[in-house]
Amino acid sequence: MTNSEKYDNAVMAIFEVGADELLTVAYQSIAKWDSVGHMRLMAEIEGAFGILLDTEDIVGFSSYETGKKILRKYGVEL
Amino acid sequence: MASSSERLLAGKVALITGTNRGIGRAMMETFARQGAIVYAGARTEGCLDAAAAELGRRCETEVCPVYFDVTDGAGMRAAFVRIKRERQRLDVLVNNAGIMRDAVIGMVTNDLLQETFAVNVFAVAQAIQYAAKFMVPQKSGSIVNLASIVGVAGHAGQLAYSASKGAVIAMTKTAAKELAPHGIRVNAIAPGMIDAGVFQAIGAERARTFAATIGMGRLGRPEDVANAAVFLASDLADYVTGQILGVDGAVAI
Repeated sequence: MTNSEKYDNAVMAIFEVGADELLTVAYQSIAKWDSVGHMRLMAEIEGAFGILLDTEDIVGFSSYETGKKILRKYGVEL
Repeated sequence: MASSSERLLAGKVALITGTNRGIGRAMMETFARQGAIVYAGARTEGCLDAAAAELGRRCETEVCPVYFDVTDGAGMRAAFVRIKRERQRLDVLVNNAGIMRDAVIGMVTNDLLQETFAVNVFAVAQAIQYAAKFMVPQKSGSIVNLASIVGVAGHAGQLAYSASKGAVIAMTKTAAKELAPHGIRVNAIAPGMIDAGVFQAIGAERARTFAATIGMGRLGRPEDVANAAVFLASDLADYVTGQILGVDGAVAI
């Protein structure tokens, strides 16, 4: 499984959205992406990629697209 | 030494900060004797190498020095990343590192407050955040914070220190509530007058004067605090969270 697939699967599974919704999904744009859902996503991503996100990046992880930029900072090729 | 099956922390991965002396050193030794795999935090590179190696051999476990300043975010992050890489789990975090700078109210500078809170409060909050990253997915873990009796009762001349330890108590209770649904326990120890580190600096005469105010008639030993930490870290305390455990020999303050 590629890193992009891992990332997409994590977002889709936790927020129960389809692939066609990924580009528009953002923090608090849907009911499931609340603070609890956000921390679930962060834990899932850290486990999937073997990284520890800084708190500033967790707070800044405001959308699917922004998340990609942040993950690249940690050497995750997407 | 107890057999491996009898040791209270057998196989648990524990990070303890501030283990170069005093209470932290006693914790490092007690945790190792109880079978924990200890990541022993200290600031000075190399200061624990020999002691950790010898302790690990003697206790038939691993004692791994990890050098960082708790106020250095990058250093702390690197310590947790190392544990993740080497163990993939963290069962116990003991936030022991702390500083105590006394000053009467009129002499409490902003710098003193900043320095005290940087070590005693902000670093503790950050370590809790990192530990939770391990423990939430594990659905288990124990965090033990070092508070102080002065954080509960206050003490003249310790405005900055007592405020910082009061903050540790509040953080402990809040973190316990937030992390309980994930199976993570968060407790604090509030030592009284312990014969270690900064308290030794006051001299034997003043120490005897203080000891006379303690119901049990003696200063606490670092091992008294370490034993309480072992209990809170162990499965014996499986249903104990959000508590502030006094280890003070019935001191009057």
